[in-house]
Amino acid sequence: MAWFKKKQASDESYYLASQWTLMWRKLQKHKLARFSLVVLAILYIGALFADFIAPYGLEEFSSLYKNTAPTKVYWRDEDGKLSRPYVHKLKKVNDKKTWTVIVTEDPSEKYYVDFFVEGIEYKLLGFIPCNTHLYGLVNEQGEVDRSARINLFGADSTGACIFSRILFGSRVSLTIPFVSAAISFVLGILLGGLSGYFGGWIDNVIQRIIEVLSAIPSIPLWMALSAAIPAGISVSKMYLYITIILSFIGWTGLARVVRGKFIALRKEDFVMAAKLAGVSDFKIIVKHLVPGFLSYLIVNLTLGIPGSILGETSMSYLGLGMKAPATSWGVLLKETEDLVSVAQCPWKMIPLIFVVITVLAFNFLGDGLRDAADPYK
Amino acid sequence: MLKYIGKRLLMFIPTIIIISFVIFFIIQLPPGDYVTSYVAAMSAEGEVFTEEDILRLRTQFGLDDPWFVQYFNWVKGIVTEGDFGYSFEYGRDVWSVIMDRLYLTLAVSFIILVFQYGVSLPIGIYCANHQYSAGDYALSFFGFIGTATPNFLLAIIIMYYIYIKTGNVYLGLFSTEMLQNGMRWEYVPEFLGRCMIPLIVIGTSGTCGIIRTVRAQMLDEQARQYTLTARAKGCSEFTITYKYCLRAALNPVVSGMAGSLRTIFSGSTVSAIVMNLAIQGPVLLTALKSQDMYLAGTIVLIQAVLVVVGTLLSDIALAWLDPRIRFSERG
Repeated sequence: MAWFKKKQASDESYYLASQWTLMWRKLQKHKLARFSLVVLAILYIGALFADFIAPYGLEEFSSLYKNTAPTKVYWRDEDGKLSRPYVHKLKKVNDKKTWTVIVTEDPSEKYYVDFFVEGIEYKLLGFIPCNTHLYGLVNEQGEVDRSARINLFGADSTGACIFSRILFGSRVSLTIPFVSAAISFVLGILLGGLSGYFGGWIDNVIQRIIEVLSAIPSIPLWMALSAAIPAGISVSKMYLYITIILSFIGWTGLARVVRGKFIALRKEDFVMAAKLAGVSDFKIIVKHLVPGFLSYLIVNLTLGIPGSILGETSMSYLGLGMKAPATSWGVLLKETEDLVSVAQCPWKMIPLIFVVITVLAFNFLGDGLRDAADPYK
Repeated sequence: MLKYIGKRLLMFIPTIIIISFVIFFIIQLPPGDYVTSYVAAMSAEGEVFTEEDILRLRTQFGLDDPWFVQYFNWVKGIVTEGDFGYSFEYGRDVWSVIMDRLYLTLAVSFIILVFQYGVSLPIGIYCANHQYSAGDYALSFFGFIGTATPNFLLAIIIMYYIYIKTGNVYLGLFSTEMLQNGMRWEYVPEFLGRCMIPLIVIGTSGTCGIIRTVRAQMLDEQARQYTLTARAKGCSEFTITYKYCLRAALNPVVSGMAGSLRTIFSGSTVSAIVMNLAIQGPVLLTALKSQDMYLAGTIVLIQAVLVVVGTLLSDIALAWLDPRIRFSERG
């Protein structure tokens, strides 16, 4: 009897569940999508608390550490005994053979890795003044010493910590695509919807616009639009403009799909009924038609984000996007633009790993959402 | 069918006119013109320009007219004399600058297109026929990595790997010996090897997308009733896969063909800069930067026209492939 009740309850919860609850349940069964969701959550939390996790701020660099490899962290002291993790400071040495200055570790200076150490001031979450960083170096007396540095992923050509820059860069690289995908989402639904719902000359005009926009290769579009950005504006404004540029190019594909869906749906009986009842066109589009394929649109949105991330990278690489001192993953990867810098400093490719992981995670999440949104599976 | 093609051809001309107008508008959009960037570059080298010099240069280049007059003259030149304008940067006709690299650009783009479809169609079909097998997972994984890596970085990684393995740096499609001695048969393997890099780099980004589409479409078609009917009637698996399912599954693949041509043009620009390929992408970028607008405009126009022609061809192919489209056009 108990079993029967339980079954009845689960049946009931199945039949009463909304479309979204059903989608969420199916998504949870998709292992890869669930894993991707966790990965993305970690990345976004990292971006949110970047000032706290990063040991150094964006303006903190040291010419001594220019282009240096990831700092080695030692677990054993000179006698081979387990010790608190420590690093050595770097020093400049004259190489007697080649007569050049090389930078090597100085074994006489030992700095211990410590957690929750004091560093530069920042505002946690934008409003809590704070100066504690997740980790940092202290000297043998236990005092905070800023002369030695711990660069877990090495240092770039200015001597800034790549790990810190990746975290700060993720604030740009993880949000620009989101905002621009959202803008092109709205544009795509609006213009595609108008095109499909009304048909006739409106449809013709919008179709021609899409055709023209999608025939022009994206690089001249980027060049012209980003050259139109006035020089010498603040970083946050630059950021906004780039977002808008990316979204102006991205909406055409979605608009085409939305148009197709509208053409298929507008002849349905329920639309006719709504029209006869005197519902306005705008309300029919927003309340009656869009919900019919909203799940599909969300999938499309998720799958559009990786494209924007890669677009931002290429734009920065060509020197059209963000420029230093502002940091994004594209700006970081600009340091690897030729073979020589990759051959000499392979650690500069580390930001690439983050790009690939993020793009893959969004792809897998989109796949999972697609399966979850499909009522026939 | 003929009527459909005729109708599409008629639409072709106004589209091209609008595109050329938009391209010209976009290219002159950045502030300043070629004289501005020329004067800036020469002043940096110590040359002194007076106001009159600059005005004279503008008049000489025809840059003192408003931009729509310039556009009109440009189009008039193209239509009446086949003259695409004058490249300020190179100091000769735009057309002769473009011809230097046109064949190689077209050849590279075409080979990449063929490579993309030649590789991804069989892989997509294989993945659909062996869903959830080890091969399916492995191929999908490689495809995903290919799309998730930015083109230019993939180029650098592959070149770095080749450098470590062989000690050679493969920059460009031709080695110094090939350029000095002309093409000989013994160079063919090396040339093909050099071609592989841009092929893989530019091709992979689109390949994964096609694989996913083919795979999903094939799986959809195989779940349909008609497949079951065919199987029940005793059709061979070969007929079911290639004659029935594939033909129905090809629809979105064919309609995406023109789009992939555009991706190839954009993708090859970024990668060509890294790999120092003698194709049009890098020329376009420098032309855009120095505002050498007739050269930039013509290159973009050629690429856009090719994409529109591609769209036209893929639409015709679709109408041939899928009779429903032909009938719906009639009504």
